[in-house]
Amino acid sequence: MKVILGGLAQPATSLANNTGNWRNERPVFLQKACTGCTMCAVICPEGCVYSVSKKVFTFDAKYCKGCGMCAAECPVDDIEMVMEEK
Amino acid sequence: MEKHLFLAGHTACYGCGEALGARLVVDAAGPNIITTDATGCLEVFSSRWPQSAWAVPFVHSLFENSAAVASGVEAALKALGRQVEAKVIAQGGDGGTADIGLQCLSGMFERGHDILYVCYDNEAYMNTGVQRSGLTPYGSNTCTSPSGKVSWGNRYLKKDMPAIAAAHGVPYIATASVAYPKDVQAKVKKALSITGPKYIQVHVPCPLGWKSDPALTIKVAKLAVETGLYPIYEMENGVVTKVRKIPRPAKPVTEYLKLQGRFAHLFKKGGGEGEVKKIQQIADENIKKYGLLSEAAAKVAVEAEKE
Ligand SMILES: Cc1ncc(C[n+]2csc(CCOP(=O)(O)OP(=O)(O)O)c2C)c(N)n1
Ligand code: SF4
Ligand SMILES: [Mg+2]
Repeated sequence: MKVILGGLAQPATSLANNTGNWRNERPVFLQKACTGCTMCAVICPEGCVYSVSKKVFTFDAKYCKGCGMCAAECPVDDIEMVMEEK
Repeated sequence: MEKHLFLAGHTACYGCGEALGARLVVDAAGPNIITTDATGCLEVFSSRWPQSAWAVPFVHSLFENSAAVASGVEAALKALGRQVEAKVIAQGGDGGTADIGLQCLSGMFERGHDILYVCYDNEAYMNTGVQRSGLTPYGSNTCTSPSGKVSWGNRYLKKDMPAIAAAHGVPYIATASVAYPKDVQAKVKKALSITGPKYIQVHVPCPLGWKSDPALTIKVAKLAVETGLYPIYEMENGVVTKVRKIPRPAKPVTEYLKLQGRFAHLFKKGGGEGEVKKIQQIADENIKKYGLLSEAAAKVAVEAEKE
């Protein structure tokens, strides 16, 4: 019998969790004033904000919890938090 | 999504500074690392069995022995002649580092293991519901330092962990904050280029324990630095070699304190001004001690900004 001490988990498997279910508000990337500074992507605690092209950023709704950090920190106010409608 | 080594799907609270901190650290370190982590929020929200948010090898130790487990990993790599294949990063919360894990960390420093130890400092034992630690700041309301009729919250000062590390002869020590992500990452890279034990302490706001708005995590972190309450510096071979300059004049500590429910009692109860004054004094002393506003510091900070 093989005894495994402790618990083993495969790497990078948390991606199965839909933490986006927690969200009350979602970020809307207005795409009016974005300078491509990447701040929103760098500070997202989920790492789920990403760039589509140099000045176009978006988020992965499967994981975004709606914390609002990206909107609060965007230096040109190009992200708005809006109530999620389900 | 962008490629990260610490992945989405973790279960940290909204706006968790520790989740951001961990991702910045491992992304900067790159894939060839082996990590350990003490019990605490980071371990709980990243390794909810049978899942893991880590794309790199990760060992959850006990609460007290992240540094000892990492020491074993490093020694094993050496014994196998495979130390060029992976760097070892030990991690822990402020409680797991400055209190219960201090003995194991001291041993790791003393034996000179080639390990980077990262302390995610959210200034209390958050995972078990906000008890004070040796890194909880003065005046903070926690469930083991409650404010009330006879108490103004935590009455002890933050333990000077970098100085404790320096007393062990640790060659590279740095403080950092998630408010300055590039700085965190530059320090991790620099630390990993140095052989021997390294210590980095990253200030990571906890909206739940600090009772702050999750959206304001970066703003709160920045104010801790800009008031002088959280000095950001590097120490090489026992000497402070770089300091992050703060805008002159330094912001009053009230700007920082008022954003957080853990300090709310200081502004509600009569007599709180005296306590706020003491906290301002702590900031002023830091500003003096580390030369946060001086011209000499200004030059190195400008250089740090360029990196
Ligand atoms: C020996 C031992 N004592 C107590 C605990 C309970 N415990 C688990 S995590 C934790 C607090 C962790 O605080 P910290 O290290 O600051 O990490 P944080 O959760 O704040 O990130 C405590 C007290 C434990 N797991 N093991
Ligand atoms: S309690 Fe604090 S440290 Fe723990 S997951 Fe929540 S925000 Fe992060
Ligand atoms: Mg803690």
